[in-house]
Formats: sequence, C-alpha cells, structure tokens
Amino acid sequence: MQGDEASVEGAIHAGCRFFAGYPITPATEIAERMAKRLREADGVFLQLEDEIAAIAAIIGASWTGTKAMTATSGPGFSLMQENLGYACMTETPIVIIDVQRGGPSTGQPTRAAQGDVMQARWGSHGDYETIALAPNSVQEMFDLTIEAFNLSEKYRVPTIVLSDADIGHMRGTFVVSNSIDITDRKYHLKPVSYNAFAYDENLIPNFPKFGEGHRVHITGLTHDISGYPKTTDPKVHEALVTRLVNKIRLHRNNICRAEIINPQAEKLIVAYGSPSNSVYEVLNERADIGLFRPITVWPFPEEKLRESAQYAKKILVLEMNMGQLYWEVERIARQSPCEKIELFTKLGGDVHAPDEILERCA
Amino acid sequence: MNFFDFYRQDRWPHMFCPGCGVGTVMNTFYRAFAESGLDQNKTVFVAGIGCSGRIPGYIRADSLHTTHGRPLAFAGGIKVANPKLKVVVFTGDGDLGAIGGNHFINACRRNIELTVICINNYIYGMTGGQASTTTPRDLLSSTTPFGNREYPFDLSEVAVAAGANYVARWTTFHVKQMTKSMHKALLKDGLSFVEIASQCPTQFGRRNDLNSAREVFDWLKSNSVPRSKARDLSEDHLDLNLMGKITVGEFVERNRESYMKAIGVMK
Repeated sequence: MQGDEASVEGAIHAGCRFFAGYPITPATEIAERMAKRLREADGVFLQLEDEIAAIAAIIGASWTGTKAMTATSGPGFSLMQENLGYACMTETPIVIIDVQRGGPSTGQPTRAAQGDVMQARWGSHGDYETIALAPNSVQEMFDLTIEAFNLSEKYRVPTIVLSDADIGHMRGTFVVSNSIDITDRKYHLKPVSYNAFAYDENLIPNFPKFGEGHRVHITGLTHDISGYPKTTDPKVHEALVTRLVNKIRLHRNNICRAEIINPQAEKLIVAYGSPSNSVYEVLNERADIGLFRPITVWPFPEEKLRESAQYAKKILVLEMNMGQLYWEVERIARQSPCEKIELFTKLGGDVHAPDEILERCA
Repeated sequence: MNFFDFYRQDRWPHMFCPGCGVGTVMNTFYRAFAESGLDQNKTVFVAGIGCSGRIPGYIRADSLHTTHGRPLAFAGGIKVANPKLKVVVFTGDGDLGAIGGNHFINACRRNIELTVICINNYIYGMTGGQASTTTPRDLLSSTTPFGNREYPFDLSEVAVAAGANYVARWTTFHVKQMTKSMHKALLKDGLSFVEIASQCPTQFGRRNDLNSAREVFDWLKSNSVPRSKARDLSEDHLDLNLMGKITVGEFVERNRESYMKAIGVMK
C-alpha cells in the first residue's frame, strides 16, 4: 500500500468518519481512498470547492462529535491557515495530513520537500501551539495518523501529520497491531447551565457537542470561559491565549516522541521524515554515529535532544529545506559543549544520499 | 417558546446601532422559528463576520461564529456530519457576496440542506462603511468617495442560477412577507435563501444623503419593485440594481434533489 493510503487506514482505525478535501498532488490518493473507504465505514466523504471549505467543514463536523480529517499539500495548507487558527482558538479537534512538496507557491507538485515545518508551527496569526508529527515510513503513516487523532482528541488541538511526497507515494507493508490505543475527547455529559470553557489543572475543557442541549456559543473572537466574546479586556485575552499555549507545554513530556539510536555517539545526525531513511543505512556501517529523529516535530522533543547533545562533538541536521528545524536544534544544542552544529540542505526533491551524509560527518 | 427564551437575555444590551435593520430581522426570524415547530436544542446557528455575524451570539442555541466568508462551509460540515440537526446560517452582503462567494455558489449548486438568511445592507457596516459587492452604482462609501463605479451583485439571482431550492428577497419594510418566507425557508428541503435588504443608517445612510434610519427605510421601501413588475420596468431587470432598485418577492420555489439525499447520507 502507498503511504497516503496507509494514512487513510489509520484514520478509519482511529474512528475518523468524516473527510472533506480538495484534490492536490501528492495528497490526492488520500481523498480518493477516503471516498471509497468512508462509504464502507458508514462515514461521510466530501469533495469541496477549495481547501478553505475543506478545513471549515471538518471543524463543523467535529462540533457534532465526529472525528474528522482533511489532507492536502503546501498550497492547500497555506489556504487552510486562517481556519487552522480558528480551530486552535475554538479548541476543535481536527487532523490535517500535509504531504509536503517543493515550494514556495506551486513549486514542485511531485517532488518531496520539508518546507512546511515552520508553517505547521507558526502559519496562522497570533500565539498558539499545535502538534505536528513526522512519519518516515508507510507503517508510520498508519501509526502516526492514529496518534494524531488521539492527541487531537485529548488536547483539543489541531494535529498535523507532516508527511512528504516520498513517504506519501512510497509503497510498503504495514502491521496492524492487536492493541492500538484509541483516545476519545472528554465530553460534557449533562446539558446544564455551565461555563463551556471551564477547565481544571489539566487546562483542557470538556467538549460540549452540538445538538445535546448545551446551547453553547463558540467563536473565534477572544472569549472568556462562558464562550461569549470579550474582545477588549486585556486580562481575558491574556488568560485565554496563555492557556491555549500552556495546555500543550504542560503536557509536552507526554506528547513528545523521538527515535534515538546510539545516543552517546560523538557524531549525532538529526533527521526526520524522508532523509532519516538514509541515516539508517549510514548507521549500518558506522557505530560511532548516532541518530536523533524527532517524531513529534512540534512540540519539539527538547529535553531528549539536550541529553544526546551532551555527548556530541558534532551535530549534523538533515533537512529538505533551507533550514527550518535546524534553528530549533541549534538553539537547544548551543546549551551543550558541542560547537559544531551544521545544516545539510537538500532542495529539489532528492534526499540526502548515505555517502553524502558520511562525507559531511567526516 | 417565547421571545425571551429564544434570545440570550444575559447578552443584552446588543451591539447593533440604533435604527439598524437587524432588530427587525431578529424579531421576524423568532416568529418564523417559533411557528416552524423546530427544536431549539436541535438547531445550530452559524455565522461569519460582520454585523449579521453577531446574531447567533444572541440566540439561546448552539452557535458557531466562524471566520469571514466561510459560514456556509462550516455549516455544511455540521449538517452532513449530523443530519438530525437543523442548521441556519446568518450572513451579510460582504460575507456572502465577496469573500464567501465561492462557498455561496457551490452551496446553492449542491442544494445542501441549509437555511441561509442574508442581511444585505449594501455596505461593510462593522468595518466602517466600505463599498460591498451589492453597493448600488454611483453611491458613496468610505472606499468609493467619488461614487461606486462597479456593477453590483444580485445575490438572489445568483442563488437561483446556482440551484437553490427556495429564494426570496424582501426589505425590512416587508415584515409579514419576510416572516412567511423565513417560515417556508426553515421547512424547505435543500438550500433555502432569504435575502433581506436592510437599513444601515450609520454607514450607508449617512454617506448617501439619507440622514436617519427612517430615511434609509423609506429609500428601501420606495425603491422596492415586485418581481412580477421588475421585468417590465427594464430590459434586463438586473439593471434595476444599478439604480439602487430592489426586486422583491419569491424568486424560486422548487424541489431539486437535495445534497444529502443525492450523496446518500440521508435515505
């Protein structure tokens, strides 16, 4: 199966029953398979007029208590940014699969890239936190799509699967484990008079599903815990935005995941998505080189990198962009004795070849 | 249900200007909704941005105040994900005719099961009186200080052409007709669209020599032309719009297959 298709199977497994999308290379296979699979799973597939409508529709669907997802690539992801911020502000669980291609603009529709990493973190206006996961295999397209739904439901935050054209179009097998954990959001159960956005020390309000008599008002405007707009009181805005950010930061140790091989190596390669597959080949030959692969790109597994960086004399960051996650790595690694923190950029769609990586490790 | 159960009293006083037509629309909508027999707990109100977008915030029901121009896309997601809910959209000429135009024509084309109430005040009221896609030709706004040179949209004709099952337009003067149309719209299968030409004394009237709510109201009233007569009055009755004339009446009432039936969500 293709990575894109494995992502669909992961979504259905996670309980996704609503998909809205717009055709775009290299993510179209997700919509195509969803059109068929959701019919079989008694869900709904919509092809809409653009990506703005697609993300709007899945946010609407999510408010009925339906797990919902869309899939796109760079140009579509750009169009979704305003409503991505809306989902953050209204704390709506949704999943977006972004199968990255070369940009800016229409760029390279069929070639892989990692140019959307910062957009996944900062693309919408204002302050907020999202979660973004970076798969590097067909298996992980399945696993991390499920993980994305679980995290999105748990933290009431849009969650992005940052794939790329190589992983999306890669063919391979994947294993469906017998024990996959599925998380559902916590609902307000009784329709009572209450503050819809009241929260406890976890900072995550329960979810008031539409149509249950809650009579809740949901707005993208700054609101207090009643849900009503309150746009000019600085304290209300500060409290809301601080909580939206802190509800992710507070739980970052539970959210963050990384794959670390040879953590005490003197030469440490940081890679995620497609380029990390080349690193596995390098490691087969060289035991003195280590790999740090963030699986959650956002929030970045900061503490884990800080530990590995203590042992490194050189850190090499592989990215299919001009340096995006590199600056995050540099910021963290600078706190360690390591002085050589280098970026190895690949643009145009080719991944870093193992011998090129070895050369740069010298 | 009474008026005070339907609206959120704890949100009053509301933020609309004195003389605004929204009050009339809210009053007539309540009457139409109360008569429709629809369940307030099973109805979701969706809006975009602008003065019209604030209406759902005053209704005691589940409501989603969305981004500018996108309420139809959000509303469609709610409706299709849970067909048991009634979904009503409040929007305006800026929200629907400009930034949300693509969603508008495609929602009508799909004939999706939504009731759309559009308050057309011919201006961007909330942002301070800029020209909209429906501002009549030569009239003044804060962005057309020398007169609007663009041709206006006829939103109701667009809805008819795109495929909506029910389309009607009235002004805030036509309270009885408006109530009846809203009632019909609420119970109609497929997309139902009611456009209300409404007075904005603060931003539209003030700039166009209509110096009170009453004067704008009279302007709407005296420029209304029943649809039956509109075709006789000009070669192409779209021309009427250019002069600030308003064709009123029921534009279409038909039974095209609605979206969810067509795609098999509702049997």
